[in-house]
Amino acid sequence: MLSGIVISQTDRRPLYLQIMEQIKRRVAIGDWRAGQPIPSIRQLAVELNVSVITVKRAYLELEREGVITTQHGKGSMVAAHTDLGSRIQQQDLARHLEQAVQLAALLGLSTKELELRLREARHQMADAQKERS
Amino acid sequence: MSGLAVHMEGVGKDYRFFSLRDVHLEIPEGHIVGFIGPNGAGKSTTIRILMGLVHQDRGHVTVLGHPMPAEQAAAKRDVGFASEDMRLYDSVTLDWHMRFIRSIFPTWDETYAQTLLKRFDLRRDQRIKGLSHGQRVKATLLLVLARRPRLLILDEPTTGLDPVARHEVLRELSEVMGDDRRSILFSSHNTQDVEQISDQITFIDRGRIIDSRDKETFLDRWRRIRVELPSGIQLPSLSGVIDVKQTGRLAVATTNAYDPRLASAYESAGIRVHNIESMTLEEIFVANVQHSREGIQEGIEA
Repeated sequence: MLSGIVISQTDRRPLYLQIMEQIKRRVAIGDWRAGQPIPSIRQLAVELNVSVITVKRAYLELEREGVITTQHGKGSMVAAHTDLGSRIQQQDLARHLEQAVQLAALLGLSTKELELRLREARHQMADAQKERS
Repeated sequence: MSGLAVHMEGVGKDYRFFSLRDVHLEIPEGHIVGFIGPNGAGKSTTIRILMGLVHQDRGHVTVLGHPMPAEQAAAKRDVGFASEDMRLYDSVTLDWHMRFIRSIFPTWDETYAQTLLKRFDLRRDQRIKGLSHGQRVKATLLLVLARRPRLLILDEPTTGLDPVARHEVLRELSEVMGDDRRSILFSSHNTQDVEQISDQITFIDRGRIIDSRDKETFLDRWRRIRVELPSGIQLPSLSGVIDVKQTGRLAVATTNAYDPRLASAYESAGIRVHNIESMTLEEIFVANVQHSREGIQEGIEA
Protein backbone atom coordinates (compact mmCIF):
# COMPACT_ATOMS: atom_id res chain seq x y z
CA MET A 1 0.00 0.00 0.00
CA LEU A 2 1.39 3.39 -1.01
CA SER A 3 0.79 6.28 1.36
CA GLY A 4 0.80 9.04 -1.25
CA ILE A 5 2.65 11.28 1.21
CA VAL A 6 4.84 13.92 -0.44
CA ILE A 7 7.73 15.52 1.44
CA SER A 8 8.45 19.20 0.87
CA GLN A 9 12.05 20.40 0.66
CA THR A 10 11.08 24.02 1.26
CA ASP A 11 9.10 23.26 4.42
CA ARG A 12 11.55 24.19 7.17
CA ARG A 13 9.93 21.97 9.79
CA PRO A 14 11.53 18.63 10.68
CA LEU A 15 10.62 15.75 8.35
CA TYR A 16 8.91 13.77 11.11
CA LEU A 17 6.46 16.63 11.70
CA GLN A 18 5.62 16.75 8.00
CA ILE A 19 4.93 13.02 7.99
CA MET A 20 2.78 13.32 11.14
CA GLU A 21 0.75 16.17 9.69
CA GLN A 22 0.05 14.39 6.42
CA ILE A 23 -1.00 11.19 8.16
CA LYS A 24 -3.29 13.15 10.50
CA ARG A 25 -4.89 14.89 7.54
CA ARG A 26 -5.60 11.53 5.87
CA VAL A 27 -7.19 10.31 9.07
CA ALA A 28 -9.12 13.54 9.69
CA ILE A 29 -10.80 13.56 6.26
CA GLY A 30 -11.50 9.83 6.48
CA ASP A 31 -9.19 8.58 3.68
CA TRP A 32 -7.56 6.41 6.31
CA ARG A 33 -10.33 4.88 8.40
CA ALA A 34 -10.30 3.76 12.02
CA GLY A 35 -8.72 0.32 12.38
CA GLN A 36 -7.25 0.38 8.87
CA PRO A 37 -3.67 -0.97 8.59
CA ILE A 38 -1.08 1.62 7.53
CA PRO A 39 2.37 1.06 5.93
CA SER A 40 5.08 -0.37 8.19
CA ILE A 41 7.88 1.96 9.29
CA ARG A 42 10.35 0.46 6.82
CA GLN A 43 7.85 0.45 3.95
CA LEU A 44 7.11 4.13 4.43
CA ALA A 45 10.83 4.94 4.78
CA VAL A 46 11.54 3.25 1.44
CA GLU A 47 8.58 4.97 -0.24
CA LEU A 48 9.54 8.45 0.96
CA ASN A 49 13.35 8.01 0.73
CA VAL A 50 13.66 9.13 4.34
CA SER A 51 15.49 7.37 7.15
CA VAL A 52 13.84 4.66 9.22
CA ILE A 53 14.52 6.62 12.41
CA THR A 54 12.55 9.61 11.10
CA VAL A 55 9.46 7.54 10.29
CA LYS A 56 9.83 5.72 13.62
CA ARG A 57 9.82 9.08 15.41
CA ALA A 58 6.67 10.17 13.53
CA TYR A 59 4.88 6.90 14.38
CA LEU A 60 5.88 7.10 18.07
CA GLU A 61 4.51 10.64 18.36
CA LEU A 62 1.32 9.65 16.50
CA GLU A 63 0.89 6.76 18.94
CA ARG A 64 1.38 9.11 21.87
CA GLU A 65 -1.30 11.40 20.45
CA GLY A 66 -3.63 8.44 19.99
CA VAL A 67 -3.86 8.74 16.20
CA ILE A 68 -2.42 5.29 15.47
CA THR A 69 -1.73 2.12 17.42
CA THR A 70 1.03 -0.41 16.92
CA GLN A 71 0.69 -4.04 17.89
CA HIS A 72 3.77 -6.17 18.04
CA GLY A 73 3.88 -8.50 15.04
CA LYS A 74 0.75 -7.00 13.51
CA GLY A 75 2.06 -3.61 12.46
CA SER A 76 0.44 -0.22 12.79
CA MET A 77 -3.14 0.85 12.20
CA VAL A 78 -5.33 3.89 12.56
CA ALA A 79 -6.69 4.12 16.12
CA ALA A 80 -10.34 3.34 16.75
CA HIS A 81 -11.31 6.91 17.67
CA THR A 82 -14.33 8.50 16.08
CA ASP A 83 -13.66 12.08 17.13
CA LEU A 84 -10.20 12.26 15.57
CA GLY A 85 -11.21 14.79 12.93
CA SER A 86 -12.43 17.29 15.50
CA ARG A 87 -9.48 16.60 17.82
CA ILE A 88 -7.07 17.42 15.02
CA GLN A 89 -8.98 20.59 14.22
CA GLN A 90 -8.83 21.51 17.90
CA GLN A 91 -5.06 21.10 17.78
CA ASP A 92 -4.92 23.26 14.64
CA LEU A 93 -6.94 25.95 16.39
CA ALA A 94 -4.67 25.86 19.43
CA ARG A 95 -1.63 26.28 17.19
CA HIS A 96 -3.11 29.22 15.28
CA LEU A 97 -4.18 30.92 18.50
CA GLU A 98 -0.67 30.52 19.86
CA GLN A 99 0.75 32.17 16.75
CA ALA A 100 -1.79 34.99 17.03
CA VAL A 101 -0.80 35.59 20.65
CA GLN A 102 2.89 35.66 19.70
CA LEU A 103 2.26 38.16 16.89
CA ALA A 104 0.12 40.30 19.18
CA ALA A 105 2.99 40.41 21.68
CA LEU A 106 5.37 41.50 18.91
CA LEU A 107 2.93 44.30 17.94
CA GLY A 108 2.53 45.24 21.60
CA LEU A 109 -1.23 44.57 21.63
CA SER A 110 -2.98 44.06 24.96
CA THR A 111 -5.23 41.06 25.58
CA LYS A 112 -8.29 43.35 25.27
CA GLU A 113 -7.08 44.65 21.90
CA LEU A 114 -6.44 41.12 20.69
CA GLU A 115 -9.96 40.07 21.74
CA LEU A 116 -11.34 43.01 19.80
CA ARG A 117 -9.43 41.98 16.68
CA LEU A 118 -10.73 38.42 17.01
CA ARG A 119 -14.34 39.68 17.21
CA GLU A 120 -13.75 41.95 14.19
CA ALA A 121 -12.39 39.01 12.21
CA ARG A 122 -15.50 36.96 13.05
CA HIS A 123 -17.82 39.79 11.97
CA GLN A 124 -15.93 40.26 8.72
CA MET A 125 -16.22 36.55 7.92
CA ALA A 126 -19.94 36.59 8.70
CA ASP A 127 -20.49 39.67 6.50
CA ALA A 128 -18.56 38.13 3.62
CA GLN A 129 -20.68 34.99 3.88
CA LYS A 130 -23.92 37.03 3.85
CA GLU A 131 -22.83 38.84 0.69
CA ARG A 132 -22.11 35.58 -1.09
CA SER A 133 -25.45 33.99 -0.29
CA MET B 1 19.47 -8.61 19.28
CA SER B 2 21.07 -7.58 16.01
CA GLY B 3 24.84 -7.23 15.89
CA LEU B 4 27.15 -4.51 14.71
CA ALA B 5 27.95 -4.17 11.02
CA VAL B 6 30.98 -2.04 11.86
CA HIS B 7 32.87 -1.62 15.11
CA MET B 8 35.94 0.62 15.45
CA GLU B 9 37.56 1.24 18.80
CA GLY B 10 40.50 3.52 19.59
CA VAL B 11 41.60 3.48 15.95
CA GLY B 12 44.56 5.64 14.94
CA LYS B 13 46.77 6.08 11.92
CA ASP B 14 49.72 8.44 11.54
CA TYR B 15 50.91 10.10 8.38
CA ARG B 16 53.52 12.82 8.11
CA PHE B 17 51.00 15.68 7.94
CA PHE B 18 47.88 14.02 9.22
CA SER B 19 46.80 11.73 12.05
CA LEU B 20 43.58 9.87 12.59
CA ARG B 21 43.05 9.87 16.36
CA ASP B 22 41.11 7.56 18.65
CA VAL B 23 38.22 6.83 16.30
CA HIS B 24 35.21 5.08 17.83
CA LEU B 25 32.44 4.13 15.45
CA GLU B 26 29.58 1.68 15.81
CA ILE B 27 27.11 0.88 13.07
CA PRO B 28 24.27 -1.38 14.23
CA GLU B 29 22.92 -3.78 11.61
CA GLY B 30 20.10 -2.20 9.59
CA HIS B 31 21.29 1.37 10.14
CA ILE B 32 22.25 4.00 7.62
CA VAL B 33 25.08 6.21 8.77
CA GLY B 34 26.02 9.54 7.20
CA PHE B 35 29.68 10.37 7.60
CA ILE B 36 30.28 14.09 7.30
CA GLY B 37 33.47 16.10 7.42
CA PRO B 38 35.32 18.89 5.62
CA ASN B 39 37.97 18.08 3.03
CA GLY B 40 40.97 16.33 4.57
CA ALA B 41 39.10 15.50 7.81
CA GLY B 42 39.89 11.78 7.66
CA LYS B 43 36.74 10.36 6.03
CA SER B 44 38.57 8.48 3.29
CA THR B 45 41.29 7.24 5.64
CA THR B 46 38.61 5.83 7.96
CA ILE B 47 36.82 4.18 5.05
CA ARG B 48 40.06 2.72 3.69
CA ILE B 49 40.81 1.19 7.08
CA LEU B 50 37.35 -0.41 7.05
CA MET B 51 38.09 -1.87 3.61
CA GLY B 52 41.53 -3.15 4.63
CA LEU B 53 43.16 -0.88 2.04
CA VAL B 54 45.03 0.94 4.81
CA HIS B 55 46.08 -0.78 8.03
CA GLN B 56 45.54 1.08 11.30
CA ASP B 57 48.53 1.77 13.58
CA ARG B 58 46.38 1.45 16.72
CA GLY B 59 43.00 0.12 17.76
CA HIS B 60 40.53 -2.61 16.81
CA VAL B 61 38.32 -2.84 13.76
CA THR B 62 35.68 -5.41 12.92
CA VAL B 63 33.52 -5.45 9.79
CA LEU B 64 30.51 -7.79 9.78
CA GLY B 65 32.14 -9.59 12.70
CA HIS B 66 35.50 -10.08 10.96
CA PRO B 67 38.59 -8.49 12.51
CA MET B 68 40.33 -6.18 10.05
CA PRO B 69 42.67 -6.33 8.30
CA ALA B 70 43.29 -9.96 9.30
CA GLU B 71 40.04 -11.38 7.84
CA GLN B 72 39.50 -8.85 5.09
CA ALA B 73 38.93 -11.43 2.36
CA ALA B 74 36.02 -12.97 4.30
CA ALA B 75 34.56 -9.57 5.20
CA LYS B 76 34.67 -8.27 1.64
CA ARG B 77 32.44 -11.03 0.30
CA ASP B 78 29.53 -9.18 1.90
CA VAL B 79 30.73 -5.60 1.60
CA GLY B 80 30.10 -3.37 -1.39
CA PHE B 81 32.51 -0.47 -1.75
CA ALA B 82 32.37 2.42 -4.17
CA SER B 83 34.52 5.50 -4.18
CA GLU B 84 35.34 8.32 -6.54
CA ASP B 85 38.87 7.17 -7.31
CA MET B 86 37.70 3.71 -8.34
CA ARG B 87 38.55 3.00 -11.97
CA LEU B 88 36.69 0.86 -14.45
CA TYR B 89 38.50 -0.53 -17.50
CA ASP B 90 38.19 2.04 -20.28
CA SER B 91 38.54 -0.28 -23.26
CA VAL B 92 35.78 -2.75 -22.37
CA THR B 93 32.00 -2.45 -21.97
CA LEU B 94 29.79 -2.18 -18.91
CA ASP B 95 28.51 -5.67 -19.80
CA TRP B 96 32.08 -7.03 -19.48
CA HIS B 97 32.30 -5.55 -15.97
CA MET B 98 28.90 -6.98 -15.03
CA ARG B 99 29.89 -10.49 -16.14
CA PHE B 100 33.23 -10.12 -14.34
CA ILE B 101 31.62 -9.15 -11.00
CA ARG B 102 28.98 -11.85 -11.46
CA SER B 103 31.70 -14.50 -11.86
CA ILE B 104 33.25 -13.51 -8.52
CA PHE B 105 30.21 -12.80 -6.33
CA PRO B 106 27.54 -15.51 -6.08
CA THR B 107 25.05 -13.00 -4.60
CA TRP B 108 24.86 -11.10 -7.93
CA ASP B 109 21.19 -10.45 -8.77
CA GLU B 110 20.84 -10.29 -12.55
CA THR B 111 17.19 -9.21 -12.46
CA TYR B 112 18.00 -6.33 -10.16
CA ALA B 113 20.99 -5.44 -12.38
CA GLN B 114 18.59 -5.16 -15.35
CA THR B 115 16.29 -2.90 -13.34
CA LEU B 116 19.22 -0.72 -12.31
CA LEU B 117 20.38 -0.38 -15.93
CA LYS B 118 16.98 1.06 -16.79
CA ARG B 119 16.68 3.28 -13.73
CA PHE B 120 20.21 4.67 -14.12
CA ASP B 121 19.67 5.06 -17.88
CA LEU B 122 22.81 3.06 -18.77
CA ARG B 123 23.55 0.78 -21.74
CA ARG B 124 25.38 -2.42 -21.10
CA ASP B 125 27.06 -2.63 -24.53
CA GLN B 126 28.67 0.81 -24.21
CA ARG B 127 32.43 1.07 -23.65
CA ILE B 128 33.48 2.76 -20.40
CA LYS B 129 35.67 5.16 -22.44
CA GLY B 130 32.56 6.82 -23.88
CA LEU B 131 30.80 7.38 -20.53
CA SER B 132 30.45 10.78 -18.85
CA HIS B 133 31.59 11.27 -15.25
CA GLY B 134 28.03 10.87 -13.94
CA GLN B 135 27.51 7.70 -15.99
CA ARG B 136 30.74 6.22 -14.58
CA VAL B 137 29.57 6.96 -11.03
CA LYS B 138 26.24 5.26 -11.76
CA ALA B 139 27.96 2.30 -13.45
CA THR B 140 30.19 1.81 -10.40
CA LEU B 141 27.16 1.94 -8.09
CA LEU B 142 25.27 -0.54 -10.26
CA LEU B 143 28.14 -3.03 -10.03
CA VAL B 144 28.06 -2.71 -6.22
CA LEU B 145 24.28 -2.60 -5.66
CA ALA B 146 23.45 -5.61 -7.86
CA ARG B 147 25.49 -7.80 -5.50
CA ARG B 148 23.06 -6.88 -2.70
CA PRO B 149 25.86 -6.74 -0.12
CA ARG B 150 25.00 -6.66 3.57
CA LEU B 151 27.17 -3.59 4.12
CA LEU B 152 27.57 -0.76 1.63
CA ILE B 153 30.48 1.60 2.09
CA LEU B 154 30.17 4.54 -0.24
CA ASP B 155 32.64 7.39 -0.46
CA GLU B 156 30.83 10.44 -1.85
CA PRO B 157 28.22 8.44 -3.82
CA THR B 158 26.31 11.47 -5.13
CA THR B 159 29.20 13.82 -5.95
CA GLY B 160 29.16 15.00 -9.56
CA LEU B 161 25.66 13.66 -10.27
CA ASP B 162 22.91 15.79 -11.80
CA PRO B 163 19.75 16.21 -9.68
CA VAL B 164 17.83 13.48 -11.52
CA ALA B 165 20.65 10.96 -11.14
CA ARG B 166 21.14 11.95 -7.50
CA HIS B 167 17.49 11.26 -6.87
CA GLU B 168 17.74 7.86 -8.59
CA VAL B 169 20.77 6.92 -6.48
CA LEU B 170 19.06 7.99 -3.25
CA ARG B 171 16.05 5.92 -4.22
CA GLU B 172 18.19 2.82 -4.69
CA LEU B 173 19.90 3.46 -1.35
CA SER B 174 16.49 3.64 0.32
CA GLU B 175 15.64 0.24 -1.17
CA VAL B 176 18.31 -1.08 1.18
CA MET B 177 16.33 0.33 4.13
CA GLY B 178 13.56 -2.16 3.42
CA ASP B 179 15.84 -4.92 4.74
CA ASP B 180 16.72 -4.59 8.43
CA ARG B 181 19.89 -6.68 8.04
CA ARG B 182 21.55 -4.38 5.52
CA SER B 183 23.56 -1.32 6.51
CA ILE B 184 25.14 1.64 4.77
CA LEU B 185 28.00 3.95 5.66
CA PHE B 186 28.26 6.84 3.27
CA SER B 187 30.39 9.93 3.31
CA SER B 188 29.20 13.09 1.70
CA HIS B 189 29.58 16.83 1.48
CA ASN B 190 25.95 17.04 0.53
CA THR B 191 24.30 17.33 3.92
CA GLN B 192 20.84 17.35 2.38
CA ASP B 193 21.27 13.79 1.09
CA VAL B 194 22.66 12.70 4.43
CA GLU B 195 19.89 14.44 6.37
CA GLN B 196 17.23 12.70 4.35
CA ILE B 197 18.22 9.04 4.55
CA SER B 198 20.57 8.62 7.55
CA ASP B 199 19.58 7.14 10.89
CA GLN B 200 22.85 8.15 12.49
CA ILE B 201 25.15 11.08 11.79
CA THR B 202 28.87 11.10 12.51
CA PHE B 203 30.88 14.31 12.19
CA ILE B 204 34.63 14.13 11.70
CA ASP B 205 37.10 17.03 11.68
CA ARG B 206 40.91 17.12 11.73
CA GLY B 207 41.21 13.39 12.27
CA ARG B 208 38.82 13.20 15.24
CA ILE B 209 35.18 12.20 15.51
CA ILE B 210 33.66 15.35 17.00
CA ASP B 211 30.07 14.18 17.38
CA SER B 212 28.07 11.04 16.61
CA ARG B 213 24.46 10.31 17.49
CA ASP B 214 21.11 9.46 15.98
CA LYS B 215 19.82 12.04 13.55
CA GLU B 216 16.59 12.92 15.35
CA THR B 217 18.53 13.71 18.53
CA PHE B 218 20.87 15.93 16.54
CA LEU B 219 18.07 17.88 14.96
CA ASP B 220 16.26 18.11 18.31
CA ARG B 221 19.12 19.41 20.40
CA TRP B 222 20.41 22.13 18.11
CA ARG B 223 18.34 25.32 18.14
CA ARG B 224 18.73 29.00 17.32
CA ILE B 225 17.00 31.22 19.87
CA ARG B 226 16.19 34.81 18.88
CA VAL B 227 15.75 37.13 21.84
CA GLU B 228 15.19 40.78 22.68
CA LEU B 229 17.00 42.19 25.73
CA PRO B 230 16.15 45.13 27.97
CA SER B 231 18.52 47.98 27.05
CA GLY B 232 22.04 47.89 28.46
CA ILE B 233 22.05 44.18 29.23
CA GLN B 234 24.31 41.46 27.84
CA LEU B 235 22.84 38.02 27.25
CA PRO B 236 23.77 35.93 30.31
CA SER B 237 25.87 32.88 29.46
CA LEU B 238 23.91 29.70 30.08
CA SER B 239 25.26 26.19 29.87
CA GLY B 240 24.49 24.52 26.56
CA VAL B 241 24.69 27.80 24.63
CA ILE B 242 27.74 27.60 22.40
CA ASP B 243 27.46 30.81 20.42
CA VAL B 244 25.88 34.25 20.91
CA LYS B 245 25.64 37.04 18.38
CA GLN B 246 24.33 40.29 19.84
CA THR B 247 23.76 43.60 18.08
CA GLY B 248 22.06 46.29 20.15
CA ARG B 249 19.08 44.78 21.97
CA LEU B 250 18.68 41.78 19.67
CA ALA B 251 20.65 38.58 20.10
CA VAL B 252 20.78 35.14 18.52
CA ALA B 253 21.93 32.26 20.73
CA THR B 254 22.87 28.86 19.33
CA THR B 255 22.57 25.81 21.56
CA ASN B 256 23.55 22.17 21.11
CA ALA B 257 21.58 21.03 24.16
CA TYR B 258 18.16 22.58 23.75
CA ASP B 259 15.68 22.25 26.56
CA PRO B 260 12.50 24.33 26.99
CA ARG B 261 13.89 25.39 30.37
CA LEU B 262 16.51 27.41 28.50
CA ALA B 263 13.81 29.67 27.08
CA SER B 264 12.12 30.01 30.49
CA ALA B 265 15.49 30.91 32.05
CA TYR B 266 15.83 33.78 29.58
CA GLU B 267 12.28 34.89 30.19
CA SER B 268 12.66 34.93 33.95
CA ALA B 269 15.68 37.21 33.42
CA GLY B 270 13.40 39.70 31.65
CA ILE B 271 14.56 38.66 28.19
CA ARG B 272 11.87 38.25 25.57
CA VAL B 273 12.15 35.13 23.42
CA HIS B 274 10.96 35.92 19.90
CA ASN B 275 11.57 32.66 18.16
CA ILE B 276 13.08 29.22 18.63
CA GLU B 277 14.25 27.82 15.30
CA SER B 278 15.38 24.35 14.34
CA MET B 279 18.53 24.12 12.21
CA THR B 280 19.42 22.19 9.08
CA LEU B 281 22.10 19.53 9.26
CA GLU B 282 24.39 21.80 7.23
CA GLU B 283 24.04 24.63 9.77
CA ILE B 284 24.60 22.16 12.60
CA PHE B 285 27.66 20.75 10.85
CA VAL B 286 29.30 24.17 10.35
CA ALA B 287 28.49 25.31 13.92
CA ASN B 288 29.75 22.01 15.30
CA VAL B 289 33.09 22.19 13.45
CA GLN B 290 33.61 25.83 14.50
CA HIS B 291 32.72 25.05 18.11
CA SER B 292 35.01 22.01 18.19
CA ARG B 293 37.93 23.98 16.67
CA GLU B 294 37.46 26.83 19.19
CA GLY B 295 37.46 24.29 22.02
CA ILE B 296 40.74 22.78 20.79
CA GLN B 297 42.17 26.30 20.40
CA GLU B 298 41.21 27.25 23.97
CA GLY B 299 42.69 24.00 25.21
CA ILE B 300 46.01 24.85 23.57
CA GLU B 301 46.03 28.41 24.88
CA ALA B 302 45.07 27.48 28.45
